[in-house]
Amino acid sequence: MSGTGAPQAQRGDRGPGTAVGSEVSRVVMDAEQIARACTRIAHQILEANRGAQGLVLMGIPTRGVPLAHRLATVMDDVEAVRVPVGALDVTMYRDDLRQHPTRPVGHTDLPVEVEGSTVVLVDDVLYSGRTVRAALDALGDLGRPRAVRLAVLVDRGHRELPIRADHIGSYVPTRSGEHVSVRLAETDGVDQVSIEPVAQVAPEEA
Amino acid sequence: MRHLLSAADLDRNQTTEIFDLAEEMSLVQGRPVKKLPALRGRTVVNLFFEDSTRTRSSFEIAGKWLSADVINISAKGSSVSKGESLRDTVLTVAAMGVDALVIRHHASGAPWQASRWIDAHVLNAGDGTHEHPTQALLDAFTIRRHFRRTVPDQVSFDGKTVAIVGDITHSRVARSNVLLLTTLGAQVIVVAPPTLLPSGIDSWPVLVCTDLDQVLPHADIVMMLRVQRERMSGGYFPTPREYTIGYGLTRPRLQAMKPGAAICHPGPMNRGLEISADAADAANSLILDQVAAGVSVRMSVLYELLGGSE
Amino acid sequence: MTDLLIRGADLNGRGRSDLLIRDGSFTDPSDAGGDLDRLDADGLIALPGLVDLHTHLREPGREDAETVESGTLAAARGGFTAVLAMANTTPVTDTAEAAAHVATLGARDGQAQVVPVGAVSKGLEGVELAELGLMARCSAGVRVFSDDGHCVADARLMRRALEYVRAFDGVVAQHAQDPQLAGAGACCHEGEISGKLGLPGWPAAAEAGVVARDVQIAELTRSRLHICHVSCAETVDVIRWAKQRNVNVTAEVAPHHLALTTSEVLGYDPTYKVNPPLRPHEHVEALREALADGTIDAVATDHAPHARHDKEHAFAEAAFGMLGLETALGVVIQTMIDSGLLSWPELAKRMSIMPAHIARLSDQGRPLAIGEPANVVLIDPAARAVVDRDASVSLSRNNPWHGRELPDPVVATIWAGRITYQKER
Repeated sequence: MSGTGAPQAQRGDRGPGTAVGSEVSRVVMDAEQIARACTRIAHQILEANRGAQGLVLMGIPTRGVPLAHRLATVMDDVEAVRVPVGALDVTMYRDDLRQHPTRPVGHTDLPVEVEGSTVVLVDDVLYSGRTVRAALDALGDLGRPRAVRLAVLVDRGHRELPIRADHIGSYVPTRSGEHVSVRLAETDGVDQVSIEPVAQVAPEEA
Repeated sequence: MRHLLSAADLDRNQTTEIFDLAEEMSLVQGRPVKKLPALRGRTVVNLFFEDSTRTRSSFEIAGKWLSADVINISAKGSSVSKGESLRDTVLTVAAMGVDALVIRHHASGAPWQASRWIDAHVLNAGDGTHEHPTQALLDAFTIRRHFRRTVPDQVSFDGKTVAIVGDITHSRVARSNVLLLTTLGAQVIVVAPPTLLPSGIDSWPVLVCTDLDQVLPHADIVMMLRVQRERMSGGYFPTPREYTIGYGLTRPRLQAMKPGAAICHPGPMNRGLEISADAADAANSLILDQVAAGVSVRMSVLYELLGGSE
Repeated sequence: MTDLLIRGADLNGRGRSDLLIRDGSFTDPSDAGGDLDRLDADGLIALPGLVDLHTHLREPGREDAETVESGTLAAARGGFTAVLAMANTTPVTDTAEAAAHVATLGARDGQAQVVPVGAVSKGLEGVELAELGLMARCSAGVRVFSDDGHCVADARLMRRALEYVRAFDGVVAQHAQDPQLAGAGACCHEGEISGKLGLPGWPAAAEAGVVARDVQIAELTRSRLHICHVSCAETVDVIRWAKQRNVNVTAEVAPHHLALTTSEVLGYDPTYKVNPPLRPHEHVEALREALADGTIDAVATDHAPHARHDKEHAFAEAAFGMLGLETALGVVIQTMIDSGLLSWPELAKRMSIMPAHIARLSDQGRPLAIGEPANVVLIDPAARAVVDRDASVSLSRNNPWHGRELPDPVVATIWAGRITYQKER
């Protein structure tokens, strides 16, 4: 199941005895699969950029940030290159601010100038595309990057905007009522991607 | 949060959130594009019945950097003899369809009364001798930054002592600071001549002392309040000289401060009266930091009030 | 006018009897003829018509807030058959002509007897005596003089006024407020709440100090002194001391000071802004005790109507005063009768007999007996209602009791034999 050059859609494993749309949550990526996906994505980024020149990895809080750090670690381990890692909070650029009580704002950290950099946005789940749209606007107010790429751990479909990822860890088809739960050791104590049925968790739009 | 009328409206968690957000907001100041879209389409009116260029422009910048439409209205006080009631003034402004009114008034309580008459959010920018919550927020935010130079993740003010010195009776900054600093866990000591201590001060959560020299060695923060020379005509103290010698932060008193302690002043300063030039310009003076914090803290408050669905 | 027979009222709480009114006076009920109006007073208490020593009718000058007609309608609604109209009108009642004018308005439009109060000083400025003697001699027959709204702060002026009115059995009614301790801006009892709210304080000493001075002057001049709207325990103590020394001093208290405390102003609602201000509970207690034991002789409403736009200002800038005529009896019943502090005959004394005596009104506060003028109010002691400020007959709406349940006792008010108010049954 290891990736070769082009990004491959990975079908999520279905646990034993579960059917699509069951009421039980099902694991679609375990720790090993997540690690391999990160490794593959890191290689792809460097390949597409022909090296580390001008790259900066910007994680979208919350879980995009530890993912961005993992990608940087792989790049350092395997290719001995130090790619700067930052965080880009997009809360204030959301298009749905008025529909919810005031949202808490996360931390934005710019390790290098955006101007002229190749920014790789890193997030855990790509869903409607609105978060990425917000991230592009946020980035625009910080400077003019040379290029912007998108790397996500999971693409769950259901795009509402014309946005696509350049690097995908796993393609996981879902129903819109379902929730994709990404847990990472840095934030949640365990590495796991699972699909929760309707009304278990408050959905996080991606 | 519907309104911000009093420093007592905020608990410790909310205050910490406002401060953390203010840290983020302070980064906007250094960016080429000083704009965040969060309050786009919101209209904020600065309704000032009392002149204040500093506070008003601070609110104006804060609103504009959050992409709100900000309008300044200077409504010189409507007293009974002038005819237009406070209610009429407030309703007229609100009828234009504003989302928030930032009100500064020379009479205590005006923002409370306004909040009962209109649907918009009301933010108290200073009412009479009563409260000035955003000033207290920026003061405490600046103090937190000062504490974080030694303890980087300092959140509360537990175990810290803050001395507030000066005309407590007529100071809205003092009232709001007492409330907020106490919420954050500080021990507040209030120092003033007896004529400048308000009635009922014994019921405040503070220690009261009329001797500044007794208090100075114990204070981690010394907050000097502006003394108006007009108070002399009310007979509150005999001469400026006597006030300075008794209650001013003079050069000798600067030396007597606790090591590591810092100086605050909400401004504008009467150099030579309540604060000597040496103290105002001392290395441990946070006065300019307070001014710099104003916009970030007000951005944070405006976002908390207007950045969501309420 | 047809005869009016009131059947079965409890007179002053002392027993049921019939009352027959003919040509404005009480006459023997057994004399009742065939052609009669009847009023069934079964279960009701009859008291002499109430007399208010302290009302602001606002006419002439502020007819937008109240007129003699609307004010006396409110008075009748509240069970009053006479009101003393304070002098701080525009123009001030400081001449015989002005006093006669108010009396004429009262005769023309009044639903109760209207007696003008004369100013102590010209223009209420506290500098020169007003024409006290001419006001006493004119058709209005002024006997009560007051600069109410302002304090007669000058001790010498107070002495002169007290001495001068002795010639015609007048009384000087002082609004006690030392301007050096409680200036024009003072608007909240000086204490914990004023300090917290940042409102200019009005210390009790500013009232008690003036009263202490004035009772000494009254003792010196052997004159009649009356203290308006006593608001604090300290003043009560001074009056008690003065009465022990046989100083000829009387005092009044307003219903709002018997029931409401400083905490009402915590929301900065100017409806509760009044001069003198509402005070903490220990003062309310002292005032009730003083009214019970007679140290305070009378209840007076200090009915102070204000147009809405005069109240809808920031607290410190809003006008002072509350409505009071319609709710006064209800508040006194709640605080003094229901608590057992006063009996019905004692209430009649505080709200009718003594005020009439202080004001020297010969037709008011009289016994409900044959030959006496027919000024009477019929009361249902058990009736209660939630106060609705919009249902008031006053032109103003600054009513501190709005939304509260109070006794609503007045069933009918009869002034000089004429029904001026009757509740729909």
